[in-house]
Amino acid sequence: MISSYLGYYSLILGFIISIILLIYSIFCFRNNNEKINQNIYSILFLQFFTVVISFISLVYSFVFSDFSNQTVYNNSHTTKPLFYKITGTWGNHEGSLLLWLLVLTLFIFLFIIFSKKQTTKYRLLSVFFQQIIIIGFFLFLLLTSNPFNFLFPIPKEGLGLNPILQDPALAIHPPILYLGYVGSSIIFSASLASLVQNNINSEWAKHIKKWIQTAWFFLTIGILLGSIWAYYELGWGGFWFWDPVENVSLMPWLCLTALLHTIIVLEKRHLLKSWTLILSIATFTLSMSGTFLVRSGILNSVHTFANDPERGIFILLFLFFLIILSLILFFIYQDKEDIAQKKFFIISKETSLLINNWFMMYFLSVVLIGTTYPIFLEVIINEKISIGPPFFNKLIIPFLGFFLIFMAIGPKFNWIKDNFKRIKYSRVFIFFICILISFYLINKSSSEILFTSVIGGAALYLLFTTIKEFSEKRSNISQTISHFGFGLFILSILFNSLFSSEFSANMKIGQEITYNNEQIKFLNIETFDKENYKSVKASFEIIDKKNNSISFYPEIRIYNQPNILTSEADIISTIFFDKFIVINLLKGEEIFNVRYQTKPFMIWIWISTCLISLGGILGVFKR
Amino acid sequence: MYGKKVKLRLLFLSFIFLIIALSVFLILKSLEENVVYFISPTEIKNLPEIDSTKRIRVGGMVKEETIKLNQNQISFVITDFKNEINVTYSGAIPNLFSEGKGVVAEGFLNDRSFFNAKKILAKHDENYMPPEVKEALEKNK
Repeated sequence: MISSYLGYYSLILGFIISIILLIYSIFCFRNNNEKINQNIYSILFLQFFTVVISFISLVYSFVFSDFSNQTVYNNSHTTKPLFYKITGTWGNHEGSLLLWLLVLTLFIFLFIIFSKKQTTKYRLLSVFFQQIIIIGFFLFLLLTSNPFNFLFPIPKEGLGLNPILQDPALAIHPPILYLGYVGSSIIFSASLASLVQNNINSEWAKHIKKWIQTAWFFLTIGILLGSIWAYYELGWGGFWFWDPVENVSLMPWLCLTALLHTIIVLEKRHLLKSWTLILSIATFTLSMSGTFLVRSGILNSVHTFANDPERGIFILLFLFFLIILSLILFFIYQDKEDIAQKKFFIISKETSLLINNWFMMYFLSVVLIGTTYPIFLEVIINEKISIGPPFFNKLIIPFLGFFLIFMAIGPKFNWIKDNFKRIKYSRVFIFFICILISFYLINKSSSEILFTSVIGGAALYLLFTTIKEFSEKRSNISQTISHFGFGLFILSILFNSLFSSEFSANMKIGQEITYNNEQIKFLNIETFDKENYKSVKASFEIIDKKNNSISFYPEIRIYNQPNILTSEADIISTIFFDKFIVINLLKGEEIFNVRYQTKPFMIWIWISTCLISLGGILGVFKR
Repeated sequence: MYGKKVKLRLLFLSFIFLIIALSVFLILKSLEENVVYFISPTEIKNLPEIDSTKRIRVGGMVKEETIKLNQNQISFVITDFKNEINVTYSGAIPNLFSEGKGVVAEGFLNDRSFFNAKKILAKHDENYMPPEVKEALEKNK
């Protein structure tokens, strides 16, 4: 009760402070002071503090199951374990938006602290633009999705949290992903501020690069966590389904990756100013549209907590407002690039970085069209369609080979001007060796052997090039690690998709099946009563041709509140492959649908993604 | 005539234009090939012709008492309370698949009353009904 009041009024206070900040930052901006007014720091901290109070009171209501709070009633239950009571705070629409707001206010506070070297006016303007976004979110929370609505009479018991969300990976997935999304909002505000101040230059690029790398790091890890969760919880054994909700997080990532490369050109060569701006605006817009698509209920998925058209319309209007604002600023303040002075040669590092951008924009448009086309078609001619993995695979995979090769040789070019004569024949030779190796490895298992060998070869080539670069002194360690990680990533995916095997059958207890020289025995089932679910644990034994036996204990959980069945796969991971068993109930409790998969190099997909993001975070700490 | 610089720039621009045109063409082409349409059993009955190479989705309710199992295969009937279609499927089945519940199957039509499913779509919770199914059922009420 008290905690809800506290949280609600704290939110309103925070909203008032935001408006004060908005006006005050412009007031300070007009004053032309050399130094930034100390009050700004205090007010920003106060704003952050009010949101923290509000957030903590919501967590408090969840922990103590205060069902007078509607959000708690809708998403919690007394028998839920404490850990999931806490993480359930952001496992719903209202709470996750409050978390978003928390991260927004935290980031602008950190930004003002870590940008002391920049000009006062630029910092004030960044605060101003960020406050516009923050006010938008405050209004959104207070008007359409207040987390502190009261319920009367107070219910005895809550409705519970969707069991597939009761999972450690999914507990930290939203906060991490938000750090990435919100990081892009800082880049957006800072870009607009620096556009208005007309100081888009190398210095600024150097400063904003750290923020881009930070946002990129969190976005990568956030997507990775979601993917790992989908792998073991949804029971299909894949890690990426080209599902619209996944694509929606991939789009800002692609855009941010393009920005990450463009900003280097701006830093070193003072080129591509407008393009940098467009990318910063686009990244944030895509993050926001992602929120819009997911929250409005247009895309149906686990992320759709409630289908409330009002919310969708609010986000859509806010989004339009931000886009129009940034476009107007862009056209008023756009600074003509002085091309005459800047020599741009075709063969140079600039071009190689631009090539990255080309690829990113291509991938982005494929994902964008594949994700939004069904929505448009439904709205316009009321035809229901879906676009599956073949579309994306067909359009993206053929270009991966070129992409990988450019990734390997691109960083080798010099700035300004270079020529092909520097290319040593040994490199070409190594490249062909790589293709031969991959041809040999893939040989028996693929129908399109030439095609896959080229991709595998290109990935291997990227690996060799980057490994060699580690030993070179002037190499850029964060770039090398990320590129190395990406090579490893593509290689693992390739082998994973080529050598996976899958088997499914409907089995009774005690039954034995032989498949691919492996004997699968369904031994027995046991039932346990757990805190908030009943567990049906099956035990399987798999005996391979060398007579090694492995035991598996896949599980079915029958949750009490809400009453939902989930399958918990049992996965045995080794460095070479994952073995994966998942069972489902069929027709009462006699027959089970059993699915047994061998997935090679699964763990390397996770490791390589960690390496990719490690490169990003190393870049932040590099002097 | 134009200077060398202008020519080079024109060449570059037309190159860019060509690439954009090409990628748009590629995307649209494969969009056309890979779209999966959602069709209800009634609509299947009314189809002018059957294309058994085209991947489609069929949605509706699993009819009561129609699930039949053997070791490798499961068969059932999808109904929209007006028309129905027989479905055969082998592979993994999502948790919430049961008689009297909504279902979406993706696969190929053998003929107007037999459907060979390659995938049965997972649902996320008990109350969740795929929006396509909901609409198809509402149409026939």
